[in-house]
Amino acid sequence: MNDASKVIEVNGLSLTFPTSDGDVQALQDIDLTINRGDFVSFIGPSGCGKTTLLRVIADLEQATAGSIEVNGMTPEEARLARAYGYVFQAASLYPWRTIASNVALPLEIMGLKGEEIRSRVERNLALVDLAGFGKKYPWQLSGGMQQRASIARALAVEPDLLLMDEPFGALDEIVRDHLNEQLLKLWAKTNKTVVFVTHSIPEAVFLSNRIVVMSPRPGRIHEVIESDLPPERDLSIRETQSFLHLANRVRDGLRAGHSYDEVS
Amino acid sequence: MERILFTGASVFSVLGVLLQGPWQTGIAMLAVALIAFLQLKRSRLLAAIATGGMALVAANSLIGLVDEAGAVNAGFWCLVVAAWLLAWGSVEQLSAIRTLSKIYRTVLGVVIPVLFGLWLLILWELLTRGLDVPQVLLPAPSQISERFMSSGSILWADFKQTFLRAVLIGYAIGCGAGFVVAVLIDRSPFLQRGLLPIGNLVSALPIVGVAPIMVMWFGFDWPSKAAVVIIMTFFPMLVNTVSGLSAAQPMQHDLMKTYAASYWQSLFKLRIPEALPFIFNALKINSTLAMIGAIVAEFFGTPTVGMGFRISTEVGRMNVDMVWAEIAVAALAGSLFYGLIALLERIFTFWHPSVRS
Repeated sequence: MNDASKVIEVNGLSLTFPTSDGDVQALQDIDLTINRGDFVSFIGPSGCGKTTLLRVIADLEQATAGSIEVNGMTPEEARLARAYGYVFQAASLYPWRTIASNVALPLEIMGLKGEEIRSRVERNLALVDLAGFGKKYPWQLSGGMQQRASIARALAVEPDLLLMDEPFGALDEIVRDHLNEQLLKLWAKTNKTVVFVTHSIPEAVFLSNRIVVMSPRPGRIHEVIESDLPPERDLSIRETQSFLHLANRVRDGLRAGHSYDEVS
Repeated sequence: MERILFTGASVFSVLGVLLQGPWQTGIAMLAVALIAFLQLKRSRLLAAIATGGMALVAANSLIGLVDEAGAVNAGFWCLVVAAWLLAWGSVEQLSAIRTLSKIYRTVLGVVIPVLFGLWLLILWELLTRGLDVPQVLLPAPSQISERFMSSGSILWADFKQTFLRAVLIGYAIGCGAGFVVAVLIDRSPFLQRGLLPIGNLVSALPIVGVAPIMVMWFGFDWPSKAAVVIIMTFFPMLVNTVSGLSAAQPMQHDLMKTYAASYWQSLFKLRIPEALPFIFNALKINSTLAMIGAIVAEFFGTPTVGMGFRISTEVGRMNVDMVWAEIAVAALAGSLFYGLIALLERIFTFWHPSVRS
């Protein structure tokens, strides 16, 4: 692989948080490369630093040691260049804005013109199946629709890189399955690079072509599993032998990453 | 409940007639109360209108009798009680009507408090005149309204001086400055920590101490009153805006950061909208503070016009009805002012959980 295909390159990265009880090592010696068009999941128990790693990529936290490049730039440069779209655990839409103007928010901040904003909002709402809901307010929609609107908002920036921090964690199983399927279709359609944080094994296996298994205290990468599932997937793939086999490998990895029996 | 009230009304009507009250009024009320009692199930609305109307007619004729010699006896008071019970029963009927019609509920929401206020005035009128309460202690509503009507030009001049000048100008400057200073000190933790305790200190200053000093500084006319209003409204606005500006969730700040938003962009697009419920809270508190401040400040020196000036001089001349007329103006202006701000709040913070229902 040549350098141009590398979207994220992390070398020997560590991060410690100072707390009143002394320093906490959130991340230790992370080495990771994410290529263009990858769908990479970070999975691990709470406290393994998966969200922190994503936040370092997004320049919402700063590493204390090691190096990280996003699109060949520092994370700060990448953020200021609006190189990524970030989807948070909660939709965090502004209640005083309609769905359409929530999606327009980053575009207004970027200083785009009215016509361009309108067409992008329309296009991205259609992409997440929310065409016709633009005039509603967030509190008039269900949790699943709100989260889809927040994905449309991240996509409207038209970044090549999508960072998603447990975006479906607060939703119920059925909505979550549906959104997972939609997300995969979206990924296939737009050919973006996606970094996805989750603590659900089926979700990680279903979505990703690479699964980064992390372990806690200090947060580090235990193992990177390449998926051998076909790129075209629907929910029925979860019944197949190869899916279950892959899920077991992830589970074993999570277990081995624990030095003590805390998580089943 | 309404059955008890109508029974009570009937009993008191009979008592009133037996104790030599005006018998025509007593018989009429007895008839309406009995019919309402018996026909209650047919139509609540009809019963409510009949009893409410009867109660008002009775109250009117009782008020007409109040100045006649010998008319105010035990029977008279029994009939007052009967009319009052009848009116109470009428409102009970109105509020017991279950309907889905939105217009009807809105009308009812206005009618019930208006009827309540009206009956308060009727009882006030009957008690003060019936018991010959000295006018200096408590004038009857009719005397107050008479004074209100005949002194329109004085009241208007006082209103202009105190409300339109001191209150509104002081309020606008005080609230505006509080907001602007809150935004300016937002980036400086040093100023926030230094200014906010002083703010609490100034809010605790007694207005009777500040007002004479402001009169010495800014003279007798309205600017000194506006200054008092500014002092009273500035810090509530400052403190509320400062806490409103820090109300946004960390995740929303992160969101703005991922968009590489500038300080001013996240101020206008996130933090000020998020602060609006706090700001309106301050605007509502300040609307009452401003009225109090301007009126009380006029006790410490004014030209010969102004609501506070009028109250303090007329009370000295025992013209208590004029004092009450000024109080009525102040109450009316104050509640309209507050209502206007509450309306604006509903329009601007329609999205807030406390408003959107």
